[in-house]
Amino acid sequence: MSAVVGPSVFGLDPLYIGGVGLAEVLITLLKVGAAFALLLMAVMLMIWFERKLISDMQNRIGPNLAGPFGIFQTLADGIKLFFKEDLIPERSDRLVFKLAPFLSLVPAFLVFAVVPVGGDFDGSDGRVSLFGHETFLQVSDPPVGILLVLAMSSVAVYGVMLAGWSSGSKYPLLASVRASAQMVSYEAALGLSLVAVLLKSGSLSTNQIVAEQSMWNWNLWVTWVVPMVVFLIAATAELNRPPFDLVEAEQELVGGFHTEYSSIRFALFFLAEFMNTITMSAIIVTLFLGGPNGPDFTTVGWLSGLLWFFVKLMLFLFAFVWLRATLPRFRYDQLMDLGWKLLIPLSLGWLLVLASYDIAGDRGWNRAAAVIAMLAVMAALAGLLALALRAARQRRELDPQGGFA
Amino acid sequence: METAVFIVCAAIVLAGALGVVLVRNPVHAALSLVGTLFGMAVLFLNLEAHFLAAVQIIVYAGAIVVLFLFVIMLLGVDRLEDLSVEPITGQRALAAIVGLGTFGLAAAFLATSDIGVPGQEALTGPVAGQYSNLRQIADVLFTDYVYAFEATAALLTISVVGAVVMSRRMVRSHDAAEPETAKDD
Repeated sequence: MSAVVGPSVFGLDPLYIGGVGLAEVLITLLKVGAAFALLLMAVMLMIWFERKLISDMQNRIGPNLAGPFGIFQTLADGIKLFFKEDLIPERSDRLVFKLAPFLSLVPAFLVFAVVPVGGDFDGSDGRVSLFGHETFLQVSDPPVGILLVLAMSSVAVYGVMLAGWSSGSKYPLLASVRASAQMVSYEAALGLSLVAVLLKSGSLSTNQIVAEQSMWNWNLWVTWVVPMVVFLIAATAELNRPPFDLVEAEQELVGGFHTEYSSIRFALFFLAEFMNTITMSAIIVTLFLGGPNGPDFTTVGWLSGLLWFFVKLMLFLFAFVWLRATLPRFRYDQLMDLGWKLLIPLSLGWLLVLASYDIAGDRGWNRAAAVIAMLAVMAALAGLLALALRAARQRRELDPQGGFA
Repeated sequence: METAVFIVCAAIVLAGALGVVLVRNPVHAALSLVGTLFGMAVLFLNLEAHFLAAVQIIVYAGAIVVLFLFVIMLLGVDRLEDLSVEPITGQRALAAIVGLGTFGLAAAFLATSDIGVPGQEALTGPVAGQYSNLRQIADVLFTDYVYAFEATAALLTISVVGAVVMSRRMVRSHDAAEPETAKDD
């Protein structure tokens, strides 16, 4: 490409260093195909896993007829949805109505491209040998890495939003208004808790973020736990999963943004939703739990990474199902309060504390003093803000007719 | 290959831009804008400005147009408007003149100057090195232009606070408790 030593158009993967020939194209196609098939399979199994687990938690049996333990239930449902009649409401905006499911689905697929699912990160940078070519076990490693996740999660808003609007019906519209407000608000918390990880890793590339965490140097404790908690909550809201599933609150909105959808378009929304759950769990594993990093107990070098990744992924998938079975839905104002008044200030403050700790270490200052000074500054600012709010409230109570405030 | 990508993306950008102006339904116009923004992002990628491409999507497509759509939906203005009447007299003629003038100025500048059409050199040339895109931007932003950067941040904050203060209605005692959002469409 160019003489400058830097990332090529195709990203940081060592596969493309020696130029792009037929072998490179074939390996890339293989990776894309494998990721695509794996994701579809994973969604099928995830839906079965969720239904089975929830029915266990609710003392029910759950799907048990299609295949052993009902494992083919999703397949059967999918085939049924394929052959159902595809209805398009008369008052709908036909073009947008047809476009919306794909706007949900495509970002869900794309996010998984940057997740390193395996590779040996102890000592090396996680490259493995595939048909004699060195490469990473991820579809792509773009220089913007984790920003692609943020970009795609913000594009995913369109799917839900336009589905609700284009239905030409009241309840889906309410759901889509809720959805856009919720997803845009929680994106801020998601991004801010991410910055703490980037501060420690010093790179946007997912491969480098994982490589920085090798040898048990996991971001979970390197960033002192709080960013991961914030990220997990914000991700749950971003995924519209319970307890933040106001977008598809059956009891209030008939069904939610997809009320008017039927047949395969309806199925596409749920495909996207479960795929997002899987990819978001994978992203959390990548960011905070060292991705495929873990003690090697197998003889084949690359197998252990894949296994560890899978174990960590299952942990989060289980947690998401557990949350759904346990927690009741938030009220809308509680949702907004949690996002804007708790998560965003918390992650921002945490970022400042972490940064002051790091700067003090770099400059050779006393780290504890730096952190305490930062906390004092933040406490002073919070006090001023509280004072201003109280003054405004008092003025409003004294003179409810008058002016601004 | 870069030329081919440029031609395709330029077509998408232009088609989107025309859509924003010509389409009558506000939601369709906003979606055309999204198409334009995506085309721009790919153009940035084509110039190896990866970070700008990502920010283009996150900020413009992911936040700003979503807010446009949010407002369109919330206010229920997503109906076809009567475009035969000009809101301000002479507005369209004036817009055409100003638009053509701006285009002429830009074209004249590009034709006469020796910088050439902004390309890779204009974006990454002066700060090129072995560092990543993001690092180069951060280096410049937090050294040479740090005051401008901080001033912009302050300006944006002030404008947000100002918008909140100004959009706040006069509170009347009898309907003070009624929530605003409950009466949409």
